[in-house]
Amino acid sequence: MTRSLALSIAALLAVLLLTPLIGSTHIDLVRAFTGQSPDYEILFYARFPRVLLASLAGAALAVTGVLFQCLLRDPLAEPYTLGVSSGASVGAVIAICLGFGSSSAASLAGAAAILLLVLGIAWEGRRLSSFTLLLAGVTMNSMCFAIILFLHNLASLSQSFAISRWLMGGIDAVDYATLGWLAAAVVPVCILVISRARHWNVMAIGEDWAASRGVPTNLYITLGYVAGAILTGLVTALTGPIGFVGLIVPHALRLRLGADHRVLLPCSCLLGAAFLALCDTLARTVLAPTEIPVGVITALCGGPFFIWLLRSKRRSLWL
Amino acid sequence: MSFSANHLGFTYGLAEATFELPSTGLIAVVGPNGAGKSTLVSILAGLRRAYSGSCLYAGKEVRDWRRHGFARQVAFLPQFVRVEFPFTAEQVVFMGRTPHSNGWYDSPEDRIAVDRALEITDAAAFRNRDFRSLSGGERQRVILASALAQEPQVLLLDEPATFLDLKHQAAMYQLLARLARQLLVVAVTHDLNLALRYAHHVLVLDQGRLAAAGAANEVLTTELIARVFQVRATIERGWLKVEYDA
Repeated sequence: MTRSLALSIAALLAVLLLTPLIGSTHIDLVRAFTGQSPDYEILFYARFPRVLLASLAGAALAVTGVLFQCLLRDPLAEPYTLGVSSGASVGAVIAICLGFGSSSAASLAGAAAILLLVLGIAWEGRRLSSFTLLLAGVTMNSMCFAIILFLHNLASLSQSFAISRWLMGGIDAVDYATLGWLAAAVVPVCILVISRARHWNVMAIGEDWAASRGVPTNLYITLGYVAGAILTGLVTALTGPIGFVGLIVPHALRLRLGADHRVLLPCSCLLGAAFLALCDTLARTVLAPTEIPVGVITALCGGPFFIWLLRSKRRSLWL
Repeated sequence: MSFSANHLGFTYGLAEATFELPSTGLIAVVGPNGAGKSTLVSILAGLRRAYSGSCLYAGKEVRDWRRHGFARQVAFLPQFVRVEFPFTAEQVVFMGRTPHSNGWYDSPEDRIAVDRALEITDAAAFRNRDFRSLSGGERQRVILASALAQEPQVLLLDEPATFLDLKHQAAMYQLLARLARQLLVVAVTHDLNLALRYAHHVLVLDQGRLAAAGAANEVLTTELIARVFQVRATIERGWLKVEYDA
């Protein structure tokens, strides 16, 4: 347990320290740290905030993925299952069509609206129904997608371009104030979720199983979905939808480390952060100065790795 | 006395049952399909809290117990456990310690209780294997070990022998009978012979009502079996034979 955690922390630290040094322009560290232009600006206002945003987003998506897979007992569950991120997309697209550009306030509002709607639909008096929540989420995803298609159809050429860019998802350099409030929300929620790891273990088997082991299941179901939706909503509002992180990181780590959430959750959090930061570095350097949408990198690099992991694990189970 | 039910009912499955259970011994709950056996046991387990009437455990209404404290007293084995994730057998057993520990790490007491439970159910040999790779009989032993790791006063089981072959069925009931010297063990079963052989008391449910209760050899008579199960059977020297051709 301690070894996996130590390795994950080391990996994240290495990524946080090394990836800001990589980029289309070479920077001189001495110049950067003595505040000389343009090295200082490139390191501290372009690359570093971007790596931090990618890390926060990766951590939030991976933790949410673990949580939703556990609560729905569905290996295909991911942060976008509840439809919250589609709400964020609708908010962003409406803002673009009304001429505000892509504003994260609008996408946050969209995410919050869909979250409240989905929770309202699945609330059965004193408890949330996982089944209804799943179906409501899938339905919201389809309805939001329909709204986006409709608006996209009406949009002008430049708006249409902005909409496509937003829907691809991507990580941009943001100011430190934005990073600050994102971290102030993401870090405590992640810590809260991780601290309840023992209870998620029991919930991962089933609700009756957990209840007969003394877990107040209604509380934990509500906590899990609301925490996951808040993480997803906040991150999507800033980055747009980035696929695959919330699906592949939890699964890859579960294959390697097993299902104990006391190991799985903190490692997913740390390595989800490292994975997305690394993918974003590739996204901005491989075809520099052209940028590739980071979702393309997460799927193209993560996918084959995951298939390999799946195959090698299966072989060792059989033989 | 442990459980005391008075006009206990549930919206579906259970119409009315009044009974008291001792604090140790093996109680078999029998009855035809749909008689309310599983509903009754899950009410006792605290999983169906919207029951009507009264169901006291240690003098306190089951629905008023805090889950945490209740789980230290009462353990429940569902009929079937489906695991989607790669938990090892040992991790499944450790889950039984949830009501006893608040910390992040497993305490030395947790380890002792888990080792003991694995030893009692003879499951220590495959403790490190993926739960999903175990056979039906091995899984059942691991699930039982998980309940024993709770160190309960009461063990509730919903058809514990369903997926077991003859040898393991007998072993399971011998184990339950042994545990019943110190605990109250309540087991739903379809096997009346196992009930006759091992149970101290039987509760017979029929269409949501308690049809009979008492010592196994006094309650399970040819007449009652004909009335409740609608089959003709004879009982010779404590063994029940169903006349399939009648």
